[in-house]
Amino acid sequence: MNIKPAEKNLISKKMDAFFVNLYSAAQFIIRFFKELFKPPYEIKEIIKQCYEVGYKSLFLITLTGFITGLVFTKQSRPSLSEFGATSWLPSLVAIAIIRALAPLVTALICAGKVGSNIAAELGSMKVTEQIDAMEVSAVNPFKFLVVSRVLATTLMIPMLMCYTGFVAMMGAFINVHQNEMTSFITFFQQAFEKISFLDIFSSLIKSIVYGFTIGMVACYKGFHAKNGTEGVGKAANLSVVLSMFLIFIEEILIVQITNSIRP
Amino acid sequence: MEMGNENYIQNEPVISIMDLYKSFDDNHVLRGVNLEVHNKENVVVLGRSGTGKSVLIKIICGLLKPDKGSVNVLGKEVELLTDKELQQLRLQIGFSFQSSALYDSMTVRENLDFPLVRHSKHLSKKERITAIERVLDAVGLLQSINQMPSELSGGQRKRIGIARTLILRPKIMLYDEPTSGLDPITCIEINNLINQVKHQFNTTSIIITHDLTCAKTTGDKIAMLFDGKFIKQGTFDEVFSSTDERIQNFYKYNFIH
Repeated sequence: MNIKPAEKNLISKKMDAFFVNLYSAAQFIIRFFKELFKPPYEIKEIIKQCYEVGYKSLFLITLTGFITGLVFTKQSRPSLSEFGATSWLPSLVAIAIIRALAPLVTALICAGKVGSNIAAELGSMKVTEQIDAMEVSAVNPFKFLVVSRVLATTLMIPMLMCYTGFVAMMGAFINVHQNEMTSFITFFQQAFEKISFLDIFSSLIKSIVYGFTIGMVACYKGFHAKNGTEGVGKAANLSVVLSMFLIFIEEILIVQITNSIRP
Repeated sequence: MEMGNENYIQNEPVISIMDLYKSFDDNHVLRGVNLEVHNKENVVVLGRSGTGKSVLIKIICGLLKPDKGSVNVLGKEVELLTDKELQQLRLQIGFSFQSSALYDSMTVRENLDFPLVRHSKHLSKKERITAIERVLDAVGLLQSINQMPSELSGGQRKRIGIARTLILRPKIMLYDEPTSGLDPITCIEINNLINQVKHQFNTTSIIITHDLTCAKTTGDKIAMLFDGKFIKQGTFDEVFSSTDERIQNFYKYNFIH
């Protein structure tokens, strides 16, 4: 295949831009860890952001978590009942929810809701010179805006994941109770029979990684927004797309690592 | 809040810019700019849009880095300062943005409290509120203390932007297009405010504008920027009595539009 010089030039320019972006993102992450431990600590802003990320996502998380548990149980029943194995339903659902669904559903919902919100907020602050205004008034905007938000997503998404898991299990229980008349205690005894410490621990690790990814990507895209309001929209959009893409990549990696150490 | 600049000598220029160059890719914005601003002097940088006026003041406060040349502010070479030293210097520079750049999610009081709470830790909450009220009173907007920026008019936003910079009692004020997008009466009010700030807060100022009325009202010295260089500096009358065609055209078209 012959590549024309103009196309070659375009490809090389795109490659250059990709590596420049990668380098800039790496610098952004390094700066986060440097600033994280340096005083002053913006405790008030961190608490405010935890409230924004955690409390304000509860309704959406409750709804999606509950429906996920309910629908997953409903869809799994016919396959199990073919083998007369509906009694395995609680443990099957628990494994699916705790190992995969709760962290993934929480992360994807937060990438959309929280990630786009952060990217749009920081993006509009960037294009209206509010970040520059902070800098010239000798306030570190990175510390105030980025560190607080990334910390909030990293802390709150694991908590939201636990909550999603609980709500999804409740959805599953309602469906199982309706069909098999299983009691609450029996359902949860059967559900947690097959759950190991590693399942819960790996899910926690996953959600911490997802939370960090969502916060970092959203802040990076917002902090580097340009070209006015169009740039703000692009930053929010790219933040969601890139976060979701990275979440799936991380999911594969963490599952591989967890399975390799599973006894 | 540290205010001292021990090495700074009173009769030296407060801001001294020498042979300053700045480009963005192939766009050579500043091409050898030289400027001196003395204590309690209002210098107006005049020029057409896109001539690098805003870039110049962003370099002065360290928001942008020059490609070549030196910027000395209060006896300190901006380019050579560490992050901490630059922050200390910025406490003595007030920057009024063209867009006002008020924090949208905060009320007027919170906007003014934001720098104060971080840099004047010795002040109690009551003292901070008193300081905020005093500055708001100076810009004539005490009644807007609990309003959100979105509830303010363009002129009010400019005033609050100026008040937010004054809250830290800076020695230098940098105004980026203070009258752009405002009606003629509000422009006069802002011009008067700039003069009032100079006398009440003893500031040295650089005012970036293309508005001749603003330049005439506020400027002790005018510096005319054209093609990335100052082509003339002096009082308003000295600059506009020049026979340079570029200056005469700027003067003529400013009043036509």
